[in-house]
Amino acid sequence: MSAENHVNESILSDEIREHQRENRIDHMTYLPDMEDIGSEVMDRVISEMELYDYDSYTEADVRRALGRDSRSLEDFKALLSPAAMPLLEEIAQAAQAETRKHFGNSIAMFTPVYIANYCENYCIYCGFNCHNKIKRAQLDEAEMEREFAAVAKTGLQEILLLTGESRKKSTVEYIGRACQIARKYFRVIGLEVYPMNSDEYAYLQTCGADYVTVFQETYDSDKYETLHLAGHKRIFPYRFNAQERALLGGMRGVGFAALLGLDDFRKDAFATGMHAWLLQKKYPHGEIAFSCPRLRPIINNDRINPMDVHEAQLLQVVCAYRLFMPFASITISSRECARVRDNLVQIAATKISAGVSTGIGEHGEEVADKGDEQFEISDGRSVDEVYRALEANHLQPVMAEYIYV
Amino acid sequence: MEIHTDSKTDTWKLGDHTFTSRFILGSGKYSLELIRAAVEHAGAQIVTMALRRANEGGLANILDYIPDGVSILPNTSGARNAQEAVRIARLAREVCGSDLIKIEIMRDTKYLLPDNYETVKATEILAREGFTVMPYMYPDLNMARDMADAGAACIMPLGAPIGSNKGLCTKEFIQILIDEIDLPIIVDAGIGRPSQACEAMEMGAAAVMANTAIATSGDIAAMAGAMKLAVEAGRAAHLAGMGGVRAKGGSASSPLTGYLRD
Repeated sequence: MSAENHVNESILSDEIREHQRENRIDHMTYLPDMEDIGSEVMDRVISEMELYDYDSYTEADVRRALGRDSRSLEDFKALLSPAAMPLLEEIAQAAQAETRKHFGNSIAMFTPVYIANYCENYCIYCGFNCHNKIKRAQLDEAEMEREFAAVAKTGLQEILLLTGESRKKSTVEYIGRACQIARKYFRVIGLEVYPMNSDEYAYLQTCGADYVTVFQETYDSDKYETLHLAGHKRIFPYRFNAQERALLGGMRGVGFAALLGLDDFRKDAFATGMHAWLLQKKYPHGEIAFSCPRLRPIINNDRINPMDVHEAQLLQVVCAYRLFMPFASITISSRECARVRDNLVQIAATKISAGVSTGIGEHGEEVADKGDEQFEISDGRSVDEVYRALEANHLQPVMAEYIYV
Repeated sequence: MEIHTDSKTDTWKLGDHTFTSRFILGSGKYSLELIRAAVEHAGAQIVTMALRRANEGGLANILDYIPDGVSILPNTSGARNAQEAVRIARLAREVCGSDLIKIEIMRDTKYLLPDNYETVKATEILAREGFTVMPYMYPDLNMARDMADAGAACIMPLGAPIGSNKGLCTKEFIQILIDEIDLPIIVDAGIGRPSQACEAMEMGAAAVMANTAIATSGDIAAMAGAMKLAVEAGRAAHLAGMGGVRAKGGSASSPLTGYLRD
C-alpha cells in the first residue's frame, strides 16, 4: 500500500500542491549541522511498523493480550487492532487497574507556556508554520519573568516551555536563559522545542530542564515528507532520534507522540509505542511519557477535517499505551474537551494541563496577546477548576513529581 | 510462659527512635485527605513520603496532611544514583526536620528495582553525615552486609516489584537476611494482602511497609486497619514460636531412631 493512499486530501490546498511539485531537499538525509548518533532504533521501528498488519488480529489475540501480566510487542499490536474495538470497555477496565497499580490516584498537573512562535518549518497542518500570516512574537527576559510569575501564582509547579521551531530566533542560549528564569518559579521544566544535538540538550539540562518532548507527528516517512515541506523539521531521522539524543544529553525523561489523524493512526500509535519501548530498553533509567494529540482545527486553514480518530479510537490508543507500558506517563491535551479529559484521567492518563493558552505571553496581563495561537483548545478551564474536577472524581492532583538534582 | 505481644512492651528501634507499631504506611498513591484516617486505622507511627511530593507553602503539599505525632520518613525516590540520593536526602532533612531517610535509588523506570551498589554508596555517605539510613534494596546477603557495615539502621528488602501486590516472591532470601543481619529487617515493596504482611512478620521481620495494597483497595482506612491486625497477628505468632509444617502426610513419632534400646 503506497503512502499516497493515506493522504488526507482535505488538508491539501492548491498552494501546498504547488509546493509539493517543486524540488525539495531529501528528507532522509541529515543536514551538515545535525548530529548523527548512528542509532539502530529508527530502522527497527519503521520495519516493524511496515510489517504491522492490524487486520490480521482477532478477538482471541486481544483477549490473550488482556490476560497477560506484562505485555509483548505482539500484545500491543493486538490491542491497537480493529479487533480490540468491541472489547473497549474491558480494555479500559484493565488499563484503569494498571494505572492505579503504578500511579495510585495521582494525576500530575502542568501548563504549557509558549515563549515564542517563530517557526522556520513548513508543516501544512500547523498554525505556526512559516507561511501562515500570524502575529509572531518572542518574550524577552522581563516578559518571561512576568509570564512565569503569573503562571506560578495559579499554584502550578511544572511547566512545559514551547518556542515554535526557529533556531535563528529562539536560539539554544535563549531557551537556556528561559529555563534558568523558569527555575526560579517552578520545580519541573519540560521542553517542547526544535530537536537539537546531544551537547545542546546537555546544556539545557544544566540550565534546569528535566525532560524533552518531541512529536514525530507521523512515523510514515513518505507521508511525513508530504506534510513537512521545508525547514529542519523536514529531516525525518534527525527528528526521530531527538529523544535518544536528549537522553544521551542527560535529560531525565522523554516524551513521544504521533499526531493521530495525520496518517494511519493505528500504525502511528504502534510506532510511537515501539519507539518509546526500544529507548526504555536501551536507556532503562529514562522516564517515558506519551502524549495523544488528535488533529484539530487551526487558524487560516479551515479546510482540515481529519476526524478519522474518534473518541473511541483515542481511548483505544491511550489504553494500549497504558497496557503496553504501565509505568509511562500519559498526558491528555487541552485539544480535548473537559468531558473527554475528565474521563481519560480516570482510566489511563496520568497528566493533565490546566489554565492553557497557546498564544504568546497570555498568562501575564501586561504582555497579553502578543502573538497568535498554535491551535484552538477545547478545555479552557483554569488550574483551580481542573484541580477541583480531579478532586471531585476522587483523584489526587500532584503539583510536582520530580526533584531537579 | 508469658508472651510479650503487648504492643507497649514489644518495641523496636531505628537509630535513636523507638517504635511500638510495626506497620509503616505509604502515602503516595491515594488522596491526601485520606492519609489521616489511614494512619489512625493502621495505628502507624511512621509514614513514608516521597520528598518530590513535598510542595512547601503550595498546593497539594503532602506535608500538610501527615498528622502530628507521626514520624515522617522521607524517601529519595527519583534518585538514579548515590549522588542524587545524597542531595535529595539533605533536602529532605531541611524540609522534614528529621534524620530519618529511606534510600530509594532506581536506574530502571520499568520495574523500579533498587540499585544495590549505588545504595551502599549512599548509605555510607549519609550514615557518616548523621542520618538514620534505611536502605530499600533487592534482598542480597552480601549487599545487605555492606549496607550494615556502611552504617544502615535497618535493611528494607523488597518482597516483589513496587506496586505489583505480588507478595513475598523473594521469601527465601528475605529469610536469609532475617537470620544473618543484626539489624531490623523491614519488608518493603510487594506486599499486596494482609496475609502476606502477616507471613513476613511470622518470618521474623521487624516491620512491614505497604502502600499500593492500601491505595488500590476499595476502602483505604479499612484496609489500613486490616494490615494493622495482620502485622500484629504475624508478630504475635513469631514471638510465640512458629510450629513446624510438614510438606505432606503425618509424622511418625521416630521412624529412624525407634530401634534404640540402651
